[in-house]
Amino acid sequence: MIDRKDVEHAARLTRLALTEAELERMREQLNSILAHLDTLRLVDTTGVEPTSHAVDVVNVMREDEVEPCFPQDAMLGNAPDRSGEFFRVPRIIEE
Amino acid sequence: MTTPDRYEVVIGLEVHAQLRTKSKMFCGCTTTFGAPPNSQTCPVCQGMPGVLPVVNRRAVEFGIRTALAFSCRVNPACRFARKHYYYPDMPKNYQISQYEEPLAEDGFLEIEVDGGSRKIGIQRLHLEEDVGKLLHEGTLETAQASLVDFNRSGVALMETVSRPELCSPEEAAAYLRAFRAVLIFLEVCDGNMEEGSLRCDANISLRPRGQTELGTKVEIKNLNSFRNVQRALEFEARRQAQALDVGERIVQETRLWEADRGYTRSMRSKEFAHDYRYFPEPDLVPLRLDRAWVDEIRAALPELPRARRQRFVTQYGVPAYDAEVLTQSRALADYYEASVQAWGPSPGNRGDRPKTVSNWIMSELLAALPGDDELAIQRSPITPARLAGLLRLIEDGTISGKIAKDVFQKMLASGDDAAAIVGREGLTQVADEAALSQIIVSVMAANPKAIDDFKRGKKEAKGALVGQVMKATGGKANPALVNRLLEDKLSKT
Amino acid sequence: MHRPIHELTDAYRRGDLTPTAVAESYLARIAALDERVGAYLTVVREHALAAAQESERRWRAGAPLGPLDGAPLALKDVLCTRGVRTTCGSKMLEAFVPPYDATVVERLRAAGAVVLGKTNLDEFAMGSSTEHSAFHPTRNPWDLSRVPGGSSGGSAAAVAGGLAAGAFGSDTGGSIRQPAAFCGVVGMKPTYGRVSRYGLVALASSLDQIGPFAQDVEDTALLLGAIAGHDRRDSTSIAAPVPDYMAELPRGVDGLTLGLPDEYFIDGMDPEVERAVRQAIDVLRGLGARIERVSLPTTRHSLAAYYIILPAEASSNLARYDGVKYGLRVPGRDLVEMESRTRAAGFGAEVRRRIMLGTYALSAGYYDAYYGKAQSVRTLVRREFGAAFARVDLIVAPTTPNVAFKHGEKEDPLSMYLNDVFTIPGNLSGIPGVSVPCGFSGAGLPIGLQILGRPLDEARVLRAAYAYEKATPWRARRPELA
Ligand SMILES: [Mg+2]
Ligand SMILES: [Zn+2]
Repeated sequence: MIDRKDVEHAARLTRLALTEAELERMREQLNSILAHLDTLRLVDTTGVEPTSHAVDVVNVMREDEVEPCFPQDAMLGNAPDRSGEFFRVPRIIEE
Repeated sequence: MTTPDRYEVVIGLEVHAQLRTKSKMFCGCTTTFGAPPNSQTCPVCQGMPGVLPVVNRRAVEFGIRTALAFSCRVNPACRFARKHYYYPDMPKNYQISQYEEPLAEDGFLEIEVDGGSRKIGIQRLHLEEDVGKLLHEGTLETAQASLVDFNRSGVALMETVSRPELCSPEEAAAYLRAFRAVLIFLEVCDGNMEEGSLRCDANISLRPRGQTELGTKVEIKNLNSFRNVQRALEFEARRQAQALDVGERIVQETRLWEADRGYTRSMRSKEFAHDYRYFPEPDLVPLRLDRAWVDEIRAALPELPRARRQRFVTQYGVPAYDAEVLTQSRALADYYEASVQAWGPSPGNRGDRPKTVSNWIMSELLAALPGDDELAIQRSPITPARLAGLLRLIEDGTISGKIAKDVFQKMLASGDDAAAIVGREGLTQVADEAALSQIIVSVMAANPKAIDDFKRGKKEAKGALVGQVMKATGGKANPALVNRLLEDKLSKT
Repeated sequence: MHRPIHELTDAYRRGDLTPTAVAESYLARIAALDERVGAYLTVVREHALAAAQESERRWRAGAPLGPLDGAPLALKDVLCTRGVRTTCGSKMLEAFVPPYDATVVERLRAAGAVVLGKTNLDEFAMGSSTEHSAFHPTRNPWDLSRVPGGSSGGSAAAVAGGLAAGAFGSDTGGSIRQPAAFCGVVGMKPTYGRVSRYGLVALASSLDQIGPFAQDVEDTALLLGAIAGHDRRDSTSIAAPVPDYMAELPRGVDGLTLGLPDEYFIDGMDPEVERAVRQAIDVLRGLGARIERVSLPTTRHSLAAYYIILPAEASSNLARYDGVKYGLRVPGRDLVEMESRTRAAGFGAEVRRRIMLGTYALSAGYYDAYYGKAQSVRTLVRREFGAAFARVDLIVAPTTPNVAFKHGEKEDPLSMYLNDVFTIPGNLSGIPGVSVPCGFSGAGLPIGLQILGRPLDEARVLRAAYAYEKATPWRARRPELA
């Protein structure tokens, strides 16, 4: 069972501002979903390697060659806030 | 500044080295330093929606090369993982790093301590991507905003984690120095700490002497010079000792070294423990490192600084100190050996030429060029052959050691060889007895007081006369000859 | 003029039709009808006409770029298009204009395709109904009160409704095949790695795959052929040669062995769907295929594994939307407040829910029980398919357990998730699959037959679908929109 602390921890980890009511609703929904996913416990996976890729490709590497960068304007073009050549963000208060 | 003897200090270092690849870890953007902000990025290293990473083969090669130099086990299979935390300089809000299956594990680095040497264990070595750079409008505390430059984002990094086997802040600094020398020798990192090519974090804990289990460790960030490593760890060891003395518990936390203020301060609150949510990077496939490739890299490993240092002492008979200075980079050690070779074997049994070369490099060349800057040494306007040429002119008496120093400067400025400069500027020592005698006579005539003093037993007066003669010849007179002729003349007056 | 692409290009060749006339006709239809269907988020009229004119010049000069030159296509709005906004159906990216083209888009442009616009989807491709777009829902052209399926519902509806000759979508758990079944068109998910994902905005990186929607199997082969093949920008793309899919089509199913998995005919599935699929299997038998029962017992756990893996990877992929570099920003007094408000406001309820679920599943102490376990279950699913494909050439099954449902009918997230129960195993194992129309319900709603194949065996999958399509009348039926 997920409790309120778990939900708050996850919301904080993933930077989601949720109201009290939203946190509570989220807790209920996650518990209901996880209850269904719990059937996974029934599967015997002893000694079964996890699959992280559905393909068996390995060793894909590129040569160390420089390619043209994108123009500065193109890369700053979507910035919600910028200051000259920089992206600008509000002040950082350490946690 | 020392920690009380009742505590034992336990330190481990985590070093992040920027690899000297031409392009970034996962995209083709260039890695040159100092470009205008956000001018060296692309959708990949700016973490745009839809982009995918592709591993830079050279970065893997550099990682393997370093791992082999530290006698690590290169894992036949390794993979990348995502490490999640939010920071605005990290565009995807996860860093592609390695976690469960790093590139290499279990090696060591030998460091010099108190005349002996010690092997410091290296726990793991892995590859990852760098983050961008943050500038604060004002100081971090007062800034209303921060500015982000992603040029450095995605640059290839190699993280090396030592075992907690360093026993003092001095040892930690020695480790970092030796570490840096190896990386520079391997030509995998330029070692430039000012530009951030080498960055160091430390873990430090104290335990009462005799206790076997480790104390609570504190992580210290922002140690970006040898001096700061030592100062920060000294401060932190004292801080912890004082806390333990009064029975306080050490909090496991991350602290930031404030170099200007000389203290460490807590960075993150204890309640919010890190939860990086690592999982295998689905956008990259595993690496299965081909034995043949690893063997090829091993075969091409250069002689490492420590081995080369020892060889310099035995082969060339230079003092250990000289050997250490000369092996601060591969280029400088190569330069030294090439110069010795160009000059040729010392005549007779004297064997003094290698030491002379060392003296000239240490006092003259390194005054002009940074010895750990591979490129600067390789491109030195005074090539090893030209240095040998200069030393030859001193040895055969063509010029004095003093003149040679001026010639050295002129060689540095012009790139010409010594003989050309000496010839062009008439710097050959005056060794002609007749010519010198004439000069001595006129000097003596102009300094009757000095001659009187000499006769009244003031032997220093002769020195003044020699000086006058040297001055009159523009320093070109052979000093031994001047002395003999002057004594001869003085005895006759 | 709503005809399959291969017929359009035949007409271009003969000079009976021109790419410009066809593009104008599609744009006119979009202008007239899309208000009711809601297939598009962005229509790029000027771009489309310019591309059509260039295509026309090439055809006139007798030098077309290939069988897609002048084909009017639609792209799911998760495929990055340079200079054209790419929203992912989210407020978060409402104004995001990529500075680059996805590899697939590049290849389509190089093939002379005419891109009409970007199609609607469930926000960030999370959903099975295209009701959860931040902008507007898409409606099923066969019955506007019903959903087109999802998440690539806009692309499916565009092809079904005659608003594009063909389209592309992405399939993470069935998001091409399920809407294709609901809309009565052909939809294919290729083998994972067959088509480059570069420029596809990621949902779950280890499951996502791009594929085509088409009016018939022949077009499906053409569209797949244009985008398939290795891409050095996608490390997970497979460096295998791409067969000539068109040449493979006429080879029929005579002599092929088709597997019929017990687990794909479940209690609670729509009997009309079951009947249609069983009849389709009879048709294939009649065409010379051998039918064999196979067992894929882990199928029933696939959904649970999928709903761990997908949210976990999605929570990671969506971490980048923080108001710093692009997309929405909601102001805050400091960085954390700005980011947290931006993410809360920019993501819809379903996206927030999955991000939270994934964050939780990956967080300290839960990884092994959830993500690790799910990845091991995935291994079992792969093994079972491997064992089945050692005995049979293809697997045939229903695409979905039911036909298109009504808007608002599935409020509960779990009942929505159940829609993908037959398509998810194909994503977990990475194998290719197609959904091809196989009949209609009593209410006139399309039903889809799913054909799954061995990794990289798209050619055989298409071959069976083609044989079936040729032998049945379904593709002649069109929804009445006008
Ligand atoms: Mg690191
Ligand atoms: Zn880049």
